[in-house]
Amino acid sequence: MATEHRQIIRDGLWTNNPGLVQLLGLCPLLAVSNTVVNALGLGLATILVLLLSNTTVSLARHAVRPEIRIPAFVLIIASFVTMVELVMSAFFHELYLILGIFIPLIVTNCAILGRAESFASRNPPGRAALDGLMMGLGFAAVLVALGAMRELLGQGTLLGEAHLMFGEVGRHMEWVVLPSYDGFLLAALPPGAFIGLGLLLALKNLIDRRLALRAAATPAPNPTVSSNHA
Amino acid sequence: MNQQGNAIRDMLMAGALLTVIALLGVGVVAYTYQGTLDRIEDNRRLALLKELQAVVPADRYDNAPERDTIAIPGSARLGTGGTATAYRARLEDEPVAVILPVVASDGYAGPIHLLVGIYTDGTLAGVRVTAHQETPGLGDGIETRRGDWIFQFADRSLENPEPEHWALRRNGGEFDQLTGATVTSRAVVKAVRNALLYFQEHQETLFAHTATLDEAAAQAVAEDDEGEDENGDSGNNGD
Repeated sequence: MATEHRQIIRDGLWTNNPGLVQLLGLCPLLAVSNTVVNALGLGLATILVLLLSNTTVSLARHAVRPEIRIPAFVLIIASFVTMVELVMSAFFHELYLILGIFIPLIVTNCAILGRAESFASRNPPGRAALDGLMMGLGFAAVLVALGAMRELLGQGTLLGEAHLMFGEVGRHMEWVVLPSYDGFLLAALPPGAFIGLGLLLALKNLIDRRLALRAAATPAPNPTVSSNHA
Repeated sequence: MNQQGNAIRDMLMAGALLTVIALLGVGVVAYTYQGTLDRIEDNRRLALLKELQAVVPADRYDNAPERDTIAIPGSARLGTGGTATAYRARLEDEPVAVILPVVASDGYAGPIHLLVGIYTDGTLAGVRVTAHQETPGLGDGIETRRGDWIFQFADRSLENPEPEHWALRRNGGEFDQLTGATVTSRAVVKAVRNALLYFQEHQETLFAHTATLDEAAAQAVAEDDEGEDENGDSGNNGD
C-alpha cells in the first residue's frame, strides 16, 4: 500500500509529470509562465481543480456508465473551475484580473480530463485524491520553474509583484537578483516560453540518463535486485 | 423487442444521470456565487476606484466618482466605438474634474486603453493606461510600474504646449518618446490631445446631472453647436 502511494507521488512529480513527460496543458503552461507570481497563481488553481475533480470522479466512478463518462467528467471539471474562478475573483482580485482568460481555460487543460479518465475513474477516492494532488503539484512545479527562469532572464527579478498574491506583506518579497538589469526581451515573450520549456525538458532527460547510467554502473550488491535484471 | 426496450432504458438512464451531475454542478457554482458575490462586487468597485484615484488625486474631491457616471456615445475623438462611461469628480457638488475613457487605436500592437483625467480649467490631472498589448520591455513603458513616462502629461493643457508642439520631441514637439517605442508614444500623445479637444467641445454637458451625455445635450437646446465632426481628422497633424 505504501509503495503504491510512493509510486503515485513519484509519477506525478517526476516520472509521469504532466508538464514535462505527458506534455499536457501546454497552453496555460506557456502563456502564464512569464513571472513566478502568475505561475504560482495558476498552479495553485490547477492543483485545487485537479484535487476536487479527481476525488469527485472517483466517488462517482461506479455510477457513471462508460458511454457518458467524458461529458460527465467535463461537467464535473467545469463546475469546479467556475467555483475556483469565483473564489479567486473574491480573494485575489488583482491576480485574477492578470490571469484573466487562463482561469476559465483550466477546463480545457487536458491534464485534468486525462487524470479523470485514466486514473480517477479506476481507483478509489483516496488514491485518486493523492494522484490529483501530486499531478497538480508536478504541473505547478514546472509552471513555477519556467516562470522563475523567464522572470529572472526577462526582468532580473524573482517574485516581483508578490503583493498580488500575498497582500501587503508581499511588497517586500520581491527579490531583485540583478539590479539595473536591462532585461532580456526574448525570455519574456512567447518564444522564450517555448525555448525555456525545451531547456527544462532537456534538463530532465539529462538527469534521468545520469540516474540510469549510475544505476547500471553500480553492480547491485543485493541479490534480489540483480535477479530482477536477469 | 426486449433488447430495444433495454437500449432505450439505458439511454434514458444515461440522460438522467447527466442531468443529475449537471444539477449538482450548478448547485456548487450557485452556492459559491452567492457566497462570493458581495466580495467580488466590492473588489470590482475598489479596483475601479483605485484606477480613478490614480488619475485624479483623491484629496481634490469629496464625492464617489465611481458612482457619479455619465454615459457618453461612441466618438471618433475618444476612439470609443460604442457607448462608454465617464466619471465625474466633485467637491461640495462643484465640478472638479472628469475622467474620460480613451482608446488610442493606432498603438503598435492593437488599441491602447487609457483613462484621462481633466480638471474643469482644461488642464490634465493625469493619464493612466488600463489595458494594452504593447511590446514588453519597450512599449510597456507606458505603464506606471514600468516607468514614469506617463506622468509627463500632468498639468498639460491644449495651450501648454502650443498646438504645434503637441508631439514627440523627434517631431519637434515637447514630449519625450519611449526608446524603441515611438509608435506607442505617438499614439498616446495623440490620444491625450484628442481627449482634451473632446473635453473642450463637451465641457458644458459633461457635468450635467443626467445619466447620458445625449440627455444633457438635449436639455441644453438653447445653443446646439454641432461642430463636432467638422474638424474630425484634420486636427491630427504630424506623421
